[in-house]
Amino acid sequence: MTAITFYFFAAVLVISALLVITVRNPVHAALFLVLAFFSSAAVWLLLQAEFLAIALVLVYVGAVMVLFLFVIMMLDVNLAPLREGFARYLPLGLTVAALLVVTMAIVIRSGGINATAPAQDTVAGSNTQLLGQALFTDFLYPFEVAGAVLLVAIIAAIALTLRRRSRQLRTPAPGLQVAVRREDRVRIVKMDAEK
Amino acid sequence: MNALYELLTEKVLAPLVATVIPGAWQDETLYMLQAVIKIVVIVAPLMLCVAYLTFAERKIIGYMQVRIGPNRVGPRGWLQPIADAVKLMFKEIIIPSGASKALFIAAPVLSIAPSLAAWAVIPFEHGMVLADINAGLLYILALTSLGIYGIIIAGWASNSKYAFLGAMRSAAQIVSYEIAMGFALVVVLIAAGSLNLNQIILAQNGSLLHWFWLPLLPVFGVYFISGIAETNRAPFDVAEGESEIVAGFHVEYGGMAFSIFFMAEYANMILISALTSILFFGGWLSPFQGVPVIGEPSLVWLLAKTSMFLFLFLWFRATFPRYRYDQIMRLGWKVFLPITIAWIVVTAGMVVAQVPPWFD
Amino acid sequence: MNALLIELPLAWPELALLLLGSVLLVVDTMVPGESRRATCLLAQVALVIVTVLVVAGAPAETNLAFSGHFVSDPMAAALKVAILLVSVMAFSYAADYFDEHGFFRGEFYILGLFAVLGMMVLISAHSLLTVYLGLELLSLSLYSMVALHRDSPSASEAAMKYFVLGALASGMLLYGMSMLYGMTGTLELSALSRAVADLGGNNIVLVFGLVFIVVGTAFKLGLVPFHMWVPDVYEGSPTAVTLFVSSAPKIAAFAMAMRLLVDGLWPMFPAWEGMLIVLSVLSMAAGNVIAISQSNIKRMLAYSTIAHVGFLVLGILSGTATGYAGAMFYAIVYAFMSLGSFGMVMLLSRRQWEHDRLDDFQGLARRSPWFALMMLILMFSMAGVPPFAGFWAKWFVIKEVIAAGHAWLAAVAVVFSVVGAYYYLRIIKLMYFDEPVAMAAPRAAPGVRILLSANALALFVVGVLPGALMALCIRAVGM
Repeated sequence: MTAITFYFFAAVLVISALLVITVRNPVHAALFLVLAFFSSAAVWLLLQAEFLAIALVLVYVGAVMVLFLFVIMMLDVNLAPLREGFARYLPLGLTVAALLVVTMAIVIRSGGINATAPAQDTVAGSNTQLLGQALFTDFLYPFEVAGAVLLVAIIAAIALTLRRRSRQLRTPAPGLQVAVRREDRVRIVKMDAEK
Repeated sequence: MNALYELLTEKVLAPLVATVIPGAWQDETLYMLQAVIKIVVIVAPLMLCVAYLTFAERKIIGYMQVRIGPNRVGPRGWLQPIADAVKLMFKEIIIPSGASKALFIAAPVLSIAPSLAAWAVIPFEHGMVLADINAGLLYILALTSLGIYGIIIAGWASNSKYAFLGAMRSAAQIVSYEIAMGFALVVVLIAAGSLNLNQIILAQNGSLLHWFWLPLLPVFGVYFISGIAETNRAPFDVAEGESEIVAGFHVEYGGMAFSIFFMAEYANMILISALTSILFFGGWLSPFQGVPVIGEPSLVWLLAKTSMFLFLFLWFRATFPRYRYDQIMRLGWKVFLPITIAWIVVTAGMVVAQVPPWFD
Repeated sequence: MNALLIELPLAWPELALLLLGSVLLVVDTMVPGESRRATCLLAQVALVIVTVLVVAGAPAETNLAFSGHFVSDPMAAALKVAILLVSVMAFSYAADYFDEHGFFRGEFYILGLFAVLGMMVLISAHSLLTVYLGLELLSLSLYSMVALHRDSPSASEAAMKYFVLGALASGMLLYGMSMLYGMTGTLELSALSRAVADLGGNNIVLVFGLVFIVVGTAFKLGLVPFHMWVPDVYEGSPTAVTLFVSSAPKIAAFAMAMRLLVDGLWPMFPAWEGMLIVLSVLSMAAGNVIAISQSNIKRMLAYSTIAHVGFLVLGILSGTATGYAGAMFYAIVYAFMSLGSFGMVMLLSRRQWEHDRLDDFQGLARRSPWFALMMLILMFSMAGVPPFAGFWAKWFVIKEVIAAGHAWLAAVAVVFSVVGAYYYLRIIKLMYFDEPVAMAAPRAAPGVRILLSANALALFVVGVLPGALMALCIRAVGM
């Protein structure tokens, strides 16, 4: 049962990941990426890493990809010029890819990678709790530094995009408008009738 | 209820499976069938509630505006939702030219699936829950954040300006409020010391004053209001905004496709109300603990509390004018976010100091 | 909990900097736009406070803290002080530049503070995780500092290139780290070193991981062929940013190489030695040769950076404590030379116009004899002419390379430093023997003039008396 579920989600993951880079429409590509995230979360669930799986859905699917889609839809990216570049750099890209594949093949054939899976944790309790404990004891320092990285990201994002409205911008002041009296606007001039 | 279920699975289902299915697959089949039965038991009443929530909405808002509301179909108009459903079912679904067909069809499904799936971890009574998982709260947060895809995809696939505008508004709005909502849930998590919804309810054990609404009052407000924003209900319904962008993201939908969006919205409302009662109002705990009979924890209490919040949803819709887009953003980022972050610190302090009567 | 309280004082400087940076962030939003100078001043005060904390807490031996993620040793303390001093000076120069060019951004100093924090984390890193996080904190701040001048297309382009290539390099680094972690099952550097020794330095998976680690480090150092970002970023950024990017982060990159390669992967020394030799020769060759054909001084100095980093790596690949000390000496001296040179470029710049072509230096000796002299010192030092600091920097590393048995490498280094001398001397020729085109004298606030002069003269003083700084470096590395 677990095996079937695994192969199903793994297949969906691989296929959708391939589709991300092959479909023509960028919105479709982003949606396939969502599907890929989702199925990898499912695979993680099978490994009993429920916290990571749900966090993946929550962060990537629920927030990051929504903003991604937002931007892609807003910009309406035209992919035609990008595809021209693709053809031009294809030989170079293929060479690099082939080199990488060859080196990886050498590494894998060397048998240096010990393929035994890590032992299943048999500790009781939810892994959310265990993760939390590890994060706030052994990994406290990296955790805080990661917080600083995110703070810098926020500062940078705001500093690079926030444009203060210039002072010249005129906006109506409703308070003043309401407070206007008749005498401010209308002057009644007494005139003699024309003869 | 549990006894009935036991009887059903042991006396009817197990022998049936044993005769029909070959040996190796019996356990799995039985497991799947049990799950399906549980799902049906949850979803069928939920759908009925959705139907009658629309009726309740029309009636309640009607009375608030000194009207009568629907009263023609059936006695006192009670059959109105059925009539509506039949009408919508027989309407044609028109797919606009230039629409992305597959996504256009998929959008309503994507919109209702998370709002139904989230019910899997809702405890209706002590231990009465489809999936009693440890990360229940996270699961809820993850699934409520998925509902947005239905809206975005509907807006984009419709190939219509109004639908697209609605979708973009809704995307920005939901992402913003999700953050405040997430932080509010973190506060609850700190207070209860667990992500499991059952544990969260048990942590509020005691009388009315022991429930989390009191120590977490600001967060309770933030959570409920963010919940309204997440479900795109008035006064945060800029995604629909019928007066400015006609009907927003579902302007091109008709018939069943439209009604699925409608059902998703109402199912979400019920979900948020149920969650608010679970997280801040003790779920199935009774407000009169210690008193015989009415002091027992029961499903009835959960339903009563949920109905109360649903009534608030309708009340808000009848009362408040729609927020302007920039006001929505300001409220989410500049008001709610700081409140929840501050309250994380306060709550953590209360938990560490073991403030009675909640955290001792 | 108690262990944490004991360990906490080791990281006082980092904590203080984080705290002061955050406070400054809030203060900056309250300071009215015109008096943003206050932010600069406060940032400098913060850096000075942190410097005092580092000096006061400088340890005599190596201490690990926070479950081995953090190391406090003499090298870390010395490098941190160098970085803090360089940053204080860079901020002073920058404030003057922003005054002249009329775009005040308090965020520059805040991002600068966080960049310094990133460098300090990187220097004190003792696990793959903290190396990576420190690096990201540094890089992210630098990317945004480069992009800060939003209305300048060249700055945006530079930031974009920096960011994309930097992200790629980070990816490489992470990939290599994941290989190492997968094989050894540990992130902590000394445990990693032991595990690698057990597996044997020739394990092909480890070598595969090492390649990616070296590529990532080479990118951050700006070694050929991972140098593409350097000229564009140096030229495209506002000079005030260039001078920050080009100075302190080089010291941090040196520390990163030391932590990863020496602390963590020492058993693989034969493997990475070979890689560094190739990178070093390529950098010295490409940097020095391409610099000759540049007409923009920022671009020329960028290529000179590439060449200098090639020299610096010679010290690391010699694999001895004195070699590391030589490289450390080089990194510190280079940071000050770079600071001074870009400071001079900044001195010439005017509102709306950078004056960063080589021709802008024509006849500087007539316009401002004193600053021409300072530039002369800086250029001689860069070229490695005795008795300036740059000479000793080159001397120490070349000596170590010969001691390590790579006489031919030393010969190559000497040949390319002669090639490099050409373009430094060309600037001196432009200043002293060419007719001035524009008669405008350099302009700067008096404080900056003094600081710049002190900067250049310090290189002369260190050149005459290199012993003290070298002794400090040897003690710091002290193995």
